Amino acid sequence: MGEDMLAVEKLKEAFGGDIIQVTECAGQVAVIVRRDRIVDILRFLHDDGELLFDHLADLTAVDWSGKKTPRFEVVYNLFSIRYKRYLRIKAQVPEEDPRIDSVTCIWKTANWLERECYDMFGIIFEGHPDLRRLIMPEDWQGHPLRKDYPLFLEEDQEWPVYQEVKKKARELAVYDWYPMLLEKEKAEEAAQAEAEAQEAGHGTNA
Amino acid sequence: MAPTLEIIKKQQTEDIWDEPYFVNMGPQHPATHGVLRLFLELNGETIVRCDPRIGYLHRGVEKLSEFRTYAQDMLLTDRLDYIASAANNVGYCLAVEKLMGLEVPRRAQILRVIACEMARIASHLLWLATHALDIGAMTVFLYCFRDREWLLDIFEMMCGARLTVSYPRIGGVRMDVTPEIIDELYKFTEEFPKRIPEYETLIDVNRIWLKRTKGIAVVSGQEAVNLGLTGPSLRGSGVPYDLRRSVPYLIYDELDFEVAVEFEGDVYARYRVRMKEMREANKIIRQCLDKLSGTEGEPVLAENAPDLLMPFGKIKRPQAAPHPKKGYVVRGVELPVVPEGEVYVATEVPKGELGFYIVSDGTGHPWRMRIRAPSFVHISAIPAMCEGQMVADLIAVIGSVDIVLGECDR
Amino acid sequence: MDAKTLYDAADHFLLKYTGLSLIKGLVLVVITLLHVAYATYAERKVIGRMQQRIGPNRVGPRGLLQPIADVLKLLTKEDITPDCVDRPVFMIAPFISLVAGATSLAVIPIWQNFVVANVNCALLVILALSSLSSFGVILAGWGSNSRYSFLGGLRASAQVISYEIAMALALVGVMMLAGSLNLIDIVKAQINSPFKMFAIPQIIGFFVFMVAAIAETNRTPFDLPEAESELVAGYFVEYSAMRFALFYLAEYFGMIVMSMVAVICFLGGWYGPFPIPGIPFFWFLVKLYFLIFFYIWVRATLPRYRYDQVMGLGWKILIPLALLNIVITGLIKVLA
Repeated sequence: MGEDMLAVEKLKEAFGGDIIQVTECAGQVAVIVRRDRIVDILRFLHDDGELLFDHLADLTAVDWSGKKTPRFEVVYNLFSIRYKRYLRIKAQVPEEDPRIDSVTCIWKTANWLERECYDMFGIIFEGHPDLRRLIMPEDWQGHPLRKDYPLFLEEDQEWPVYQEVKKKARELAVYDWYPMLLEKEKAEEAAQAEAEAQEAGHGTNA
Repeated sequence: MAPTLEIIKKQQTEDIWDEPYFVNMGPQHPATHGVLRLFLELNGETIVRCDPRIGYLHRGVEKLSEFRTYAQDMLLTDRLDYIASAANNVGYCLAVEKLMGLEVPRRAQILRVIACEMARIASHLLWLATHALDIGAMTVFLYCFRDREWLLDIFEMMCGARLTVSYPRIGGVRMDVTPEIIDELYKFTEEFPKRIPEYETLIDVNRIWLKRTKGIAVVSGQEAVNLGLTGPSLRGSGVPYDLRRSVPYLIYDELDFEVAVEFEGDVYARYRVRMKEMREANKIIRQCLDKLSGTEGEPVLAENAPDLLMPFGKIKRPQAAPHPKKGYVVRGVELPVVPEGEVYVATEVPKGELGFYIVSDGTGHPWRMRIRAPSFVHISAIPAMCEGQMVADLIAVIGSVDIVLGECDR
Repeated sequence: MDAKTLYDAADHFLLKYTGLSLIKGLVLVVITLLHVAYATYAERKVIGRMQQRIGPNRVGPRGLLQPIADVLKLLTKEDITPDCVDRPVFMIAPFISLVAGATSLAVIPIWQNFVVANVNCALLVILALSSLSSFGVILAGWGSNSRYSFLGGLRASAQVISYEIAMALALVGVMMLAGSLNLIDIVKAQINSPFKMFAIPQIIGFFVFMVAAIAETNRTPFDLPEAESELVAGYFVEYSAMRFALFYLAEYFGMIVMSMVAVICFLGGWYGPFPIPGIPFFWFLVKLYFLIFFYIWVRATLPRYRYDQVMGLGWKILIPLALLNIVITGLIKVLA
């Protein structure tokens, strides 16, 4: 435990005013810092000879929608290969201005991790060389890992390309060797038309 | 995407070739190991720029896991790296156990190590098979599959599944092993070290193989760390970073094994590391089997382990989004509650460092489950490794970093 | 009157009046086609054995009808022509490849009395036609208007041009020893030579020729034009059905023709340790089958070279070796 706290002590020494909170959970230390100094703090941790957090194990974000006030937290899990220590740095990012500085200048691996974070949460990393969507298609609407993004989309909200593909698949079902899909659809259509006709009939009767 | 496609179309229809020569490799391509798509800008046969596009196997595991119970989420981890699913399960279970403060019985820990190392051998065998096939040696492919088949059969004996095993569970493993399985594993560990030289004689002394792999895509140790490479890909560059040694979990600190390290940093070095690792994994299984006999009859599941509550019958597709807290209501049964907190647990899976960062808000579902997938980071390193090389080397590079797209896209 | 004179008389008569050559050619093509079909079967079976699996065993006894089933399947498949292709070139490329590969058969003697056209510059004809077959490959690569095909076509042209030189130079030694370009004369010269075959005095030439022949027919480890892991299928990636099959046929025709040339120029042709009555070309076939087996064996064992390495091997090793071979042969010829 004492060794784990060394990094925190040194951080407090160097960036006393920028540290918001130090928490601990299951023996893992996390430091919440101010987001505008994130690059300096991480560079310090990366370069300092006694700490040497040279491995950016993970970079991600957490959406605390409805739980905490700065909605997003960008989480950096660092590991020092030489000293075999973990440290978690967190930076709070508010919803109305989801921006934070990119750490690609320290770790090249941050490039894709930040792109994914942007893709999934809509957090913009300032100074990133190539901030595009990574996993979702480029014309996707919304950021899926946000808590207000539904698990299932309604049919009319679906990705337009997917809608097109579905439409095409239905059209091309004529050429299928087993036109079950088509038959089923035809039956459904007929049933619907019938129902509509009946309804219309009721309407006139009434 | 659009401008490149336009250029390609222009080159195809109008025969105007003033732009660079783009090749779109994948997502359906025999050598990209899944649905990886690479945009290549070529100068003759040399790669000027390489831009990987991923997401073709994106199933939203991270999003999905927020709507399921912890025990159900474990089944999602099978589908990450489906070649070594047991190792993923163990990584996830360790993370949740750490969050819950659960103590795992010793016998279960030993069994988990066995499953992990079996998965490692199986994964490396598949890697060697496909890597050799990419470079053109097709006989190695079937030799490797012969032995991998044996391992999968043992998995089947252990838990009934061959690929997505779900053998470990939160708090232990699903069931104990029978004496037949132990006999079979003894037989395997006896026989397998003799099989490795068979592959090596086919490719290791082959001049063409050496020409294709030596000195290709050299990455220095420092650069490899900076690029985020882990696992055998990093150890091929001379960095002895193995989580089984650096941050021992399960019973790895009691076991006697070597961390395989090579210093050249090229495709060949990474190949050598994996060959060594297979031998070491075999040794580990052997030691675990010996330890297993000392824990005969002990439980393999912790008493307060959460149950896997599966709803009976079919789940209807919900029309609206499920309630963020309750998710699917499982027949009124109370879900096991995981205390509030967050944890990052990384384990050494065959591909590299697999990390689970789980944030719990004190309910039965994770508030956020982040999967740090080695393949994802490795693919992001491919452009840095292959630019300036030839197209054929790209294939060797993709093979040498060992990617699986199920894990990359999640 | 013995059989041979009778045959010669009939040959003379028929050649003059009904064109026996046509029948001969037909017989030869049919036999070679059968060989091609069963070479694919043999390849699958032999490689299967080498890889500890069984190979085709479903169609007919021991899978013997598999090649026929394959042909029927390919004939009935849809012949797809993609939108962007250069249509005439795309259509004709497989035929050029196949015809160029198969025409070489005309000048190859299976037996001293069985050759369709006994021309005096047979070796030159073969060299010319084998390089012409790569013309079809290049056209296919260009005409498909696809990225992979184009790269495959480029690779094929570069590779075939460089290995053509090595192969021709390797055959120069044989020409010098035999003093003729006529293949029948070359075989006869081998019988009169002390070792009964040129493979022993021309060991360097034989090695260079075999390597160059593998490269010429685009087979592993030199199958770069169709490297499946990089270029998917290379030059014929856009082809389907019978046109695709024609490329396959061309490859196997090339393999068989190259093996035949090797048998004739280096292994003593149809002469064997003892004559087999009734089948005069028995030894020719035995040697041919052995060489085809060699091709398959190589394919099962070796990985694929990289493009620049193939070029390096051709220009830096094989061509100098072949030149050295010519010098040595010349010295022997002068001294002896």
